[in-house]
Amino acid sequence: MPKLIKNGEITQDIWTVLSEASGPEILRAVPGKNFIVPLEFWKLYREELEEYDGDISIWLDSDENVNDIDSDLSQFPLIALNFPVFSDGRSYTNARELREIMGFDGEVRAIGDVLRDQLFYMARCGFDAFQIRYDQDSEACLAAFTDFEIGYQSSIVEPVPLFRRR
Amino acid sequence: MYQYDKYDHQMLADRVAQFRDQTARYLDGQLSDAEFLPLRLQNGLYIQRLAPMLRIAVPYGLLSSTQLRKLAFIARHYDKGYGHLTTRQNVQFNWPALEDVPDLLAHLAEVEMHAIQTSGNCIRNTTTDQFAGVAEDELEDSRAYCEIIRQWSTFHPEFAFLPRKFKIAVCGTKDDQAATQVHDIGVYLVKGHNDEVGFRILAGGGLGRTPVIGQEVFDYVEKKHLLTALEAILRVYNRHGRRDNKYKARIKILVRETGIEEFRTQVHAEWERIKDGPQTLTDEEIERCKSYFVDPAYVEAEDSPEELSQALKSNVLFNGWFQQNVRPHKKPGYAIVTACLKETGIAPGDVTDNQLDYIADLADEFSFGEVRVTHHQNIVFADVEQSKLFSFWHKLKERSLASMNLGLLTDMICCPGGDFCALANAKSIPIAESIQREFEDIEELKALGELRINISGCMNACGHHHVGNIGILGVDKKGEEFYQVSLGGSSKNEASLGKIIGPSFAQEEIPAVVRKIVNVYEAQKTTDESFLETYKRVGIDPFKEKVYAKAD
Ligand code: SF4
Repeated sequence: MPKLIKNGEITQDIWTVLSEASGPEILRAVPGKNFIVPLEFWKLYREELEEYDGDISIWLDSDENVNDIDSDLSQFPLIALNFPVFSDGRSYTNARELREIMGFDGEVRAIGDVLRDQLFYMARCGFDAFQIRYDQDSEACLAAFTDFEIGYQSSIVEPVPLFRRR
Repeated sequence: MYQYDKYDHQMLADRVAQFRDQTARYLDGQLSDAEFLPLRLQNGLYIQRLAPMLRIAVPYGLLSSTQLRKLAFIARHYDKGYGHLTTRQNVQFNWPALEDVPDLLAHLAEVEMHAIQTSGNCIRNTTTDQFAGVAEDELEDSRAYCEIIRQWSTFHPEFAFLPRKFKIAVCGTKDDQAATQVHDIGVYLVKGHNDEVGFRILAGGGLGRTPVIGQEVFDYVEKKHLLTALEAILRVYNRHGRRDNKYKARIKILVRETGIEEFRTQVHAEWERIKDGPQTLTDEEIERCKSYFVDPAYVEAEDSPEELSQALKSNVLFNGWFQQNVRPHKKPGYAIVTACLKETGIAPGDVTDNQLDYIADLADEFSFGEVRVTHHQNIVFADVEQSKLFSFWHKLKERSLASMNLGLLTDMICCPGGDFCALANAKSIPIAESIQREFEDIEELKALGELRINISGCMNACGHHHVGNIGILGVDKKGEEFYQVSLGGSSKNEASLGKIIGPSFAQEEIPAVVRKIVNVYEAQKTTDESFLETYKRVGIDPFKEKVYAKAD
């Protein structure tokens, strides 16, 4: 079970990320769960998924664009954004756009290659849940959010940039 | 210059602590090589062929005497007694041990310096004209805007893992000294219709494997929109820049593959959404940053004082140096002096610990305690009183800082090349030296006038060979070091990229090749024509014929 950081602590995860799936029938085999499914999968089987008796959310890969789901956004309690490898920075942009421009106020979760040394930046871009990679030390990860006391730019955590507060 | 306040200090202290922890975890085996790599690069640390290399940021090239002395200290204690000025106005040290780097960064933090984002796939140190604030032809001092960009780009959470490195240059003068058009983003201070100063912004310029001149993305933005405009460009790049091939990952490739029209449309669409948001600059912030770059306490003086005219008449060497290394200053009675570090036999950009200390002393005595590093790897003393130039020159001469080849053929740009750099195809420093030895006569050099030779040891073009009037590039030919020569590049306002003259040459052929090229120029030039002008008029063919002519 991957570890999840939320609200400054390690929490019990009620969601299961479905990394890939061939068809909706596999969900029927496990009723009453909460699944985070790939965006493409959700688009293909939208109707079937609506009939599922657990909650459904989606995850986007780094080459997918949150602007494409604008009209459906309100129905999701959370959006997960994938880091196929930690050095792929596209999900930072997706997170910021979700928060800043599209006004999404549900959970924005980082999944994939989520490592201690990137958590601080992720939080500043609007992520508020972090499914850390299996080998990461959870205590060290919790400390990462205070690596820096302040930042120069406008961020989701502190929308007013430093120059307006000096 | 900019003074840190408690926030800036706090951020540096946090950074040093963070890197100390990361280094410890790496040495302890908790971080893999691949995971540590971007972390150390974003602190300027390379692990190289011979030793690690640490690149220290010199924001827009400006250094105080206190900072120079700290660099001298670092050269002495952590390096083998010298540092290296880079073509991006930074300073590099070649031998620090990984375990020492956190301490070294703590030393730097004491004098408001760091190595943040001097490498890695992030926004790098912003550069500008080395004559900012003192040039005669300046619209406005660019340094305040460089500082605004520095703060915005430092630890920018969204842009720490871009497809590739990203360089921004700002230019406020008519005579562009900052090679602005060959940067990922080039920002020009311009006047709008209403006579208000704002920015014209280019994107997609760059050197490297595929050299390109940047194209206009914003013809004019008001000052307050500077950061949102930059952010819009970066966001489009972060999202769409190629990540499948490191050689196609720079923004210039994205702009080319998308087409400038479409790229501009995307950037403007993004900008519409964030413009007027919280990153919109306030007048107070612009004023605050400007307040750090006000004129020093100049004395009232006349141009061309008696002492100077006398010395120019009586000392030929001083006169020669003055013609070459001294530029007019906006303030009467003052001059801008460039100390050229290109003595023959010394690798371009290399400077010893003692020279650094000495430069600091000279800065205190003659130039309000500040100097600037230029992208030609020289040092500028921006505010020297004309009446003191002669004694200043004497002091420079004492420590081999008075070469008078500034802007001339032997004032070359040269990357560290095969002697230091793991990526090199060929050495570059010995090439520079062999050319300097071929052209030792200063009178001849002066007669040739401005002629820029730039040398890179590989396609990565750290030596800016594409924009050298004569460019020299190290290539690998079946395991042997060869050199490709190009002509006609320039990084000035009329920026142009050099054209390859033909098949490459062996190392020992290069001085003779340069000699032949120079001979063609001398034979073809009309009075007062520079090398570049002659080249533009006659084209590459006459040069080609001569260089490849069979010996008769
Ligand atoms: S141009 Fe190539 S050889 Fe020279 S410093 Fe850059 S990477 Fe190294």
